[in-house]
Amino acid sequence: METVNLQKLQDLLNSFANKDVYIHLETTNGAYASHFDEKVFNAGTFIRNVLIRYELGKVTPDVPHRVGLKLSNGGWVYAQGITHFELDDQNRLLMAGHGYDGKLAIALEISETPFAY
Amino acid sequence: MLQPERQILVVFPHPDDEAFGVSGTLAQYAKAGTPITYACLTLGEMGRNLGNPPFTTREELPLIRKKELQASCEAIGIKDLRMMGLRDKTVEFEDDEEMVAMMTNLIEELNPSLIITFYPNYAVHPDHEATARAVIRAVRRMPESDRPRLYCVAFANNTVAELGNPDIINDIHDVREEKMNSMRAHISQTGWMLQEEEKRKEEGATAENNWFTNEHFYSYRFDEDFEDSF
Repeated sequence: METVNLQKLQDLLNSFANKDVYIHLETTNGAYASHFDEKVFNAGTFIRNVLIRYELGKVTPDVPHRVGLKLSNGGWVYAQGITHFELDDQNRLLMAGHGYDGKLAIALEISETPFAY
Repeated sequence: MLQPERQILVVFPHPDDEAFGVSGTLAQYAKAGTPITYACLTLGEMGRNLGNPPFTTREELPLIRKKELQASCEAIGIKDLRMMGLRDKTVEFEDDEEMVAMMTNLIEELNPSLIITFYPNYAVHPDHEATARAVIRAVRRMPESDRPRLYCVAFANNTVAELGNPDIINDIHDVREEKMNSMRAHISQTGWMLQEEEKRKEEGATAENNWFTNEHFYSYRFDEDFEDSF
């Protein structure tokens, strides 16, 4: 993965617009967060292989970035904390936010084919 | 070395669960020629250690962790690795009866004299808890006289306060190399930890890290069962 290049990522987001696409979205502070520090309120979310269609996708310039998808049915998807991206060898747009501790904090992925497994 | 066993069944949800708590004990049994089956429920697909800069992607991680799991089993001497095909962080949402059936099928096929898993309510991660519940339920349904021994790993912060000290403490000095190799095999997940250990040694620490001295387990207490029935 490479660090976000605004123009490249924006172009990729545009390329998936107005198509039926599968998304993977997760945020996490880790299953052990409140084991290591009982003051941490542990929350996270995970969705995978949910079919959506967005008419507008946008990445914001400030770092770490936010990515928002405005859905054709009036709905929204957004992710905060995106640092890296790549178009993988299966033409899936993988975006991720890697924390200062080297751990994944968020992932947003867009694919025209369902994600495997 | 603990008492001789006919067949051991290890049930954990994540590649690397076997490395930290039990790889020394398993290496001793493997050296003694005891057959070991490791049922690993997921491929750790949701692991968070991807590095920054990242060394892999969310989608590639499972392939890396599968290879690491296989290498760890080789380091320990586990010849029968079963990858059960569930997904990381979803084990607790599977059908509870199907989970018990998975364990019952393994037990009926292998007839283990010892099962190693987590201790329910003291295993921290939701996947650990769900795995432990399924194993305990499957064993509870067996006639008492047929039940295998159950050694459970417990590491929640309230473990000692509530369960007391572990009843099984196993000296693993003789297999520290095998344990280190098992942990090294899971380098994508243990890299930061092994680096800290190196640094500790460089800074002159002489005390042995307790990962490499003892492994400890709690025999499951059916007389203080975690639930009345299932």
